[in-house]
Amino acid sequence: MKIALTTSGNDMSAALDSRFGRAARFLMYDTDSDSFTVIDNAQNLNAPQGAGIQSARLVSDAGAEAVITGHCGPKAFQVLKQAGIAIYQTSAPTVQAALDLFKKNEMQELTDADVNSHWL
Amino acid sequence: MKELVIISGKGGTGKTSITAGFASLARNAVLADCDVDAADLHLVLDPHPVKKTVFISGHEAGIMPDKCSDCGLCRTLCRFDAITMDSEGRHAINPFACEGCGVCVRFCPEQAIAFPERECGEWFISDTRNGTMVHARLGIAAENSGKLVSLVRKEARRIAEEQNAELILVDGPPGIGCPVIASITGADCIAAVTEPTLSGKHDLERLMTLARHFKIPVKVIVNKWDINQRLTAEIEKGAVASNAAVIGRVSYDRNITAAQIAGKSIIEFGPSTAADEIMKIWEKVCQKI
Amino acid sequence: MLMSTVTGCKPVKLALASGKGGTGKTTLSTALALSARGPVWLLDCDVEEPNCHIFIQPESQRTVPVPVPVPVIDDTKCTGCGACGEICQFNAIVPLGKKTLVFPELCHSCGGCARVCPSGAITEQDIIVGTLEISTRDHVTFVKGQLDVGRAMSGPVIKAVKQFASDDHVTVIDCPPGTSCPMIAAVSGVDFVLLVTEPTPFGLHDLRLAVETVRTLGLPFGVAINRSDAGDDRVETYCRDEDIAVMVRIPEDRRIAEAYSNGNVLTAAVPEYIPVLQRLIADIQDRVTGRQP
Repeated sequence: MKIALTTSGNDMSAALDSRFGRAARFLMYDTDSDSFTVIDNAQNLNAPQGAGIQSARLVSDAGAEAVITGHCGPKAFQVLKQAGIAIYQTSAPTVQAALDLFKKNEMQELTDADVNSHWL
Repeated sequence: MKELVIISGKGGTGKTSITAGFASLARNAVLADCDVDAADLHLVLDPHPVKKTVFISGHEAGIMPDKCSDCGLCRTLCRFDAITMDSEGRHAINPFACEGCGVCVRFCPEQAIAFPERECGEWFISDTRNGTMVHARLGIAAENSGKLVSLVRKEARRIAEEQNAELILVDGPPGIGCPVIASITGADCIAAVTEPTLSGKHDLERLMTLARHFKIPVKVIVNKWDINQRLTAEIEKGAVASNAAVIGRVSYDRNITAAQIAGKSIIEFGPSTAADEIMKIWEKVCQKI
Repeated sequence: MLMSTVTGCKPVKLALASGKGGTGKTTLSTALALSARGPVWLLDCDVEEPNCHIFIQPESQRTVPVPVPVPVIDDTKCTGCGACGEICQFNAIVPLGKKTLVFPELCHSCGGCARVCPSGAITEQDIIVGTLEISTRDHVTFVKGQLDVGRAMSGPVIKAVKQFASDDHVTVIDCPPGTSCPMIAAVSGVDFVLLVTEPTPFGLHDLRLAVETVRTLGLPFGVAINRSDAGDDRVETYCRDEDIAVMVRIPEDRRIAEAYSNGNVLTAAVPEYIPVLQRLIADIQDRVTGRQP
């Protein structure tokens, strides 16, 4: 399956971006083939509103079944949930570290948004 | 690296003057002017732009006269009264009223409406005598959703990381709306500059609610405190009750305006009561962050 | 100076605006309203931070909610075609296969999604985004617009307040600071804009932005200089060079500052300004009707 991880970098050693909506990029990791691609999210960094929504649509269109990130706001959460994508939260510093925790089942699944929206 | 945002709720409390003072005192800081609608910090800091970028946000509709049949459908569809008809029945779109929703574009039977991206302003990376500054200018009637504010902050952070700066010092916008929200999310600390007036107190309260919501600690500074000592005490008491810290008072000092006129920060201007008070406040701020 | 006939009844819609915050718009708006002869409407269009009520202290009021339409999806009719998501410029409606999500807080109420839906699955229903409080004090009818905390868009509330502008009497409109959308919504369609400034570098800089704005909008305007002796002469020089009328100057006055800080209207603290402000209204009425250049 494909997992989307928020990152500012380009590979597995890159830092994990703590925010979902305005993450610079998504690293799409495929557990079946142990390979990855990186999708740019630059457009959403500049979105005035609904950045989280656009990001959620982006990873959904890319076929993600799970998202690993630091924080996820309520609008993004709603979209991901509706799209059937599981959201996991971690404070692991890098993509690799996060994936290691995930594979060991040591990761917390979010049942709700964990930060407030930027519009209250 | 920490980020300190200076906001006020109400306009005119002295936020930018105090920010300029802090800029003079800070070592190794990157400055950001997030008051993009009516930016003033540059008037004191005298930035020399190194990079200028056009800011593009959303779209605006424009009727192409040679394709338009003046059927008037767009005018009936527009919810924002942005489409006008002159005495000869010719239609045009008022760019200041156009919301960029694209409805007229979509439904025009002649496909006679263009929908280009909208240039809403510009942003700059500049050198100042107090370090690198990121600032912006929003165009007339442009939407001020906070997007440009977010951009200024993001750039300031990127530069601060490059330079190994210790602090990002942000001059924030007035109010409590989107631009303010965009300037404070994720910040380490807010310095709220208020004045001892009922309006100032009222607006500070709304501001503190906002900050609480985002769980960012607030340090309150009462400027011109001696204009109304009773209200100053009330404001400080209210701040403490809301779990904010009271970090200092600045007296009403005509040197603040004089410094502004001289194009200097209050600290640079020479000895004054306000300068001393702001220096003490700065020391406290540095300890607390 | 020739005094024009002060009728107080000549209708005029006067907006007080400024680039910079804190220059004295509310101070002057409330003072003008209470100085005016005859019935006057005062509209507080600074809907994020309305403050006129502090000084007007109105009696009795009625509250009117401000609604805006947002889309509601009938899931039984939605086919997931995605047309609504395509037309929406604001990410407010998100088709996701079988279900379409709506984010009303991002909606600009343009009606595009409802119109484009081929299955009739979208209707528009009202949500409340703010309130109007309508009250009176003496000869003043006062309308305060207030955006609900958490709502992002002032436009609809400002437009709702503006509906109360009188066609028969003087209307004074207290505008939000700045030159972006909320200020534009507040000054649109008025007869005259009084730009309130202070004689400092920040004041002048932001005044220039405000002047550019009202000139672009084609609105007649003049300048009021508050704390007129507290800075230097750069604003006066600018106005002279630009041929802009300085219509009133209010010197710095501790009595005014103290009154303001305690929420007392200027006319109560310094009643000698009442005739000054009455002349100002008459001056503006004359300019609007073309009796004076």
